[in-house]
Amino acid sequence: MARSDVQLMLDVKAGDEQSFALLLHRYRSPLVNFLYRMVRNREQAEDLAQEVFLRVYRAREDYVPSAKFTTWLFRIATNLALNSVRDNRYQRMEISLDAPVTVDAEDGDERALDIAEKSPNIEQHLVEDARRKMIRHAIDKLPEKQRAAVLLHKYQELDYGEISKILECSESALKSLLFRAYETLRVELAPLVAAQGR
Amino acid sequence: MSCSRMEGKILGFVDGRLKEGERLEMEKHLLACGACQLRVNEFRSLNVLLDELPMIEPSGAFDIRVRARVAAEPAKQSWWAWMTPSPRAALAASMLLLATVWIGSQKLDNSLSAGDIDNINQNLPVLENFDVISDFGPLSDLPQPVQPDEPGDPNQSQQL
Repeated sequence: MARSDVQLMLDVKAGDEQSFALLLHRYRSPLVNFLYRMVRNREQAEDLAQEVFLRVYRAREDYVPSAKFTTWLFRIATNLALNSVRDNRYQRMEISLDAPVTVDAEDGDERALDIAEKSPNIEQHLVEDARRKMIRHAIDKLPEKQRAAVLLHKYQELDYGEISKILECSESALKSLLFRAYETLRVELAPLVAAQGR
Repeated sequence: MSCSRMEGKILGFVDGRLKEGERLEMEKHLLACGACQLRVNEFRSLNVLLDELPMIEPSGAFDIRVRARVAAEPAKQSWWAWMTPSPRAALAASMLLLATVWIGSQKLDNSLSAGDIDNINQNLPVLENFDVISDFGPLSDLPQPVQPDEPGDPNQSQQL
């Protein structure tokens, strides 16, 4: 029977390095994906995910299982991501508005992983690519806290209680935040939503 | 349930996280309200649409980097760790203790014997008698110092 996250963390606290490797294996992909969707840069997302694991390791001596492990883990990740997004925004402000728009290299990563084998022809490939870009851009345009809430709710499937602890707000405030975020996405993606509903 | 009240429940309804009573109330409202029914359907479509966003895989070097950074972390010591004796410190402390005991035993060996103490006790009244000590009469019995009248006389030094 697989050990729970909390048990693994308690074992890490007791000096078991192998348990840390198991936690790393269990959460490397969810963390990197969450951070990637927050900062939109693969390299930066991996750097931040490394930092999250390092902080977890450093805090092992003081770990007390007072909350779910995922709540703690994604709280660290969210704080790092929000700080990084804010730092990036200030950096972007310094870049000239006249700078040419370049294609995001990360689009290539997503395509290479997912589309190449599924799409039977180039036209369908392009349509799916355009849909993905619309979805991604709609999520990117959300205010960062709303974006974090949607990513934690939709992709990490955390419950309201956990997300509210991660974002340090009340559950009712979180529900309101999520509703506004999904409403914005519904409006932004109206053509796709309508097509999906048919 | 009014449409404005429904807004707060719509996500929970789509997620399937409403309590049984709330869910039944919502379903009852949706049967009577086309606008809210449409909205719920759009939220469900949006939910499916968001699933299209692909996942990425961490790079092959990710685990290696994390492990390297963890391995580079210094071993954490608690604040009372200094109390735990190291082998060198323990050896030094033992040597010091042995040396102290040995020096202590040497002092005991050099202590006065019972005979010495008796002798001192016998002489003590004389030493304590100040009159005897301050009486310089016995010193007058000492021979007078020889004056160097004849510095060249070799017998003088022999007499001395």
